[in-house]
Amino acid sequence: MARSDRAVEHVIELQQIATRFGTRQVHEGLDLQVRRGEILGLAGGSGSGKSVLLREMILLHRPSSGRILLFGDDVATLDDGQAAALRLRWGVMFQRGGLFSALNVRLNVGLPLRESSALDDALIDRIADWKLALTGLPSDAALKRPGELSGGMLKRAALARALALDPELLLLDEPTSGLDPTSAAEVHALILDTHALYGPTMVIVSHDLGLLWQVCDRVAVLGDGRVLAVDNMDALSHLEQPRVQAFFNPRQDRAARPPAVA
Amino acid sequence: MTARVLPPDPGADEAPTLTAAGHGHWRVAGRWTFAHLRHGLPVLPAGTPAAVLDGSGLAAVDSVGAWVLRSWLGPGAATPELRQWPASARTLMERAHDSVAAATAPAPDPLLPRLGRSSQAAAQQARDLLLFMGQLAMAAVGALRHPRQLRWRSTLREIEIGGLDALPIIGLTAFLLGVVVAYQGADQLRHYGANFFVVELVGYAMLREFAPLISAIIVAGRSGSAYAAQIGTMVVGEEVDALRTLGVDPLQRLVLPKVLGLVVALPLLTVFADLCGVLGGMVMARTQLDIGFDEFLRRFSHVMQGSALLLGVGKTVVFAFIIVIVGCFQGFRTHPDADSVGRQTTLSVVQASFLVIVVDALFSIVFNRLDL
Repeated sequence: MARSDRAVEHVIELQQIATRFGTRQVHEGLDLQVRRGEILGLAGGSGSGKSVLLREMILLHRPSSGRILLFGDDVATLDDGQAAALRLRWGVMFQRGGLFSALNVRLNVGLPLRESSALDDALIDRIADWKLALTGLPSDAALKRPGELSGGMLKRAALARALALDPELLLLDEPTSGLDPTSAAEVHALILDTHALYGPTMVIVSHDLGLLWQVCDRVAVLGDGRVLAVDNMDALSHLEQPRVQAFFNPRQDRAARPPAVA
Repeated sequence: MTARVLPPDPGADEAPTLTAAGHGHWRVAGRWTFAHLRHGLPVLPAGTPAAVLDGSGLAAVDSVGAWVLRSWLGPGAATPELRQWPASARTLMERAHDSVAAATAPAPDPLLPRLGRSSQAAAQQARDLLLFMGQLAMAAVGALRHPRQLRWRSTLREIEIGGLDALPIIGLTAFLLGVVVAYQGADQLRHYGANFFVVELVGYAMLREFAPLISAIIVAGRSGSAYAAQIGTMVVGEEVDALRTLGVDPLQRLVLPKVLGLVVALPLLTVFADLCGVLGGMVMARTQLDIGFDEFLRRFSHVMQGSALLLGVGKTVVFAFIIVIVGCFQGFRTHPDADSVGRQTTLSVVQASFLVIVVDALFSIVFNRLDL
């Protein structure tokens, strides 16, 4: 198997992606590169195709045309074995958690390890408990069902499962949606802490301006079916482009900015 | 389990190894990562407690690797000195050590308290059901006083969905049931030369028992589950709370039309089932016992009493109440989580079918005592 070069500069490379649902054109000639080790935010209004783009990156949805390169490999040419190997290299946190309601949280986090290894159960349980502790969940949460967790705890448990395999690439869909500002700030810190510990490349779909300002290295703003601009937030906020400017609602934006250093 | 397609094993040169270097000094080398450990752990030698872990040959460590080493050190062992570890690997190993004691599963429930709790829950549910019936009665009284508040349009819609749309399945089932009853009876009756009694057999069996029961059970499966699912989904979507805050009684708006609809529809369905069942018996009597249609019908009008039809249809009014009340009651008990709607829907069908059969048995006893 042609193992991907670990030194490849772009973990994800999207070339001329077009996505259509019936007559509705979601993406048209979209190009985007995700650099190794960075935290990239995907922002844009509702219906701008952020979540669809994320689904296309993780082989859940095939674009109508265009090329997707993951770790340097064109996903269209992957066979089943290569796709399975690829899936071990990323972790995904779904918007509503995607945790299995029939399993407790510890089994949910241990499932990726159990499914693809011969490691013994006791070790997997200990690793799962540790991941849960890393994401800041109290130890009694391990035995609860996802349905018994609060919104913030659910996000943490979902992140713990996404981290189960120490992925090189971590994709988070709306990690702070539905959370109060305090919980959202805790999730911001958790994402930064995770990045410091494992150093994964991260793609975060979000319209939480606080998260985009404080967590992301670069942000791609989606609109009109393509990427309107990719840059760090500071540069984006000074960009003279009405569609991008509209995204920074001045009032919200001021509150979300990190405090200026005097 | 199907075999999963897995990538081939990595090269042996990067295999994780742990070798003794004398006096509590150990050398860790290779890639201690999930990809290299998942097909099986390396043989970890037993030895003196580790004081120094030399990581100069380490290529990579991830959390699985860190935890395999941590388990090898043994629970509660002091952190060994991590000599020449890459910075990221060192952080991971140290944090793996700092992890808090894991929660352990609670001891399984002893039988007796569990029995007590489930009986208590069952009693509570029965009380809640009575309360629900009381509230429904109050809502009905309110609707009687102000008949304009009743939703006639949705009542008609309920009759259409629960009655008209169920005609094909109920007709076919009753017809087949009539065929089966006549077929089973024909053999025995022919034995005694009592062919003609097939008319009474089919007539009384269908009119008094089978048609009401089969209609009620099919409707419990079709409509009872639909009631529970519809109301359950509305509870999850906070639609029921919205109705309450708008000053609309959900029982009056959602449940009363269903009660009225099914109380009309189920007896009518039963009459239809009677017709189809007797038709099935007639077809069988002609082919198996040489009793022609006109002969069958002449004897039928001669021997059957109207009370058989009335008793059978009368029972279904009670069945209709049971089905609607159980279905809606379970719908309102839905909790806002993913599998709750499904659970309550299943419960509604099981409980409604069970209660219908129990009540039918009670009717048999009562009718028998009353010589009906």
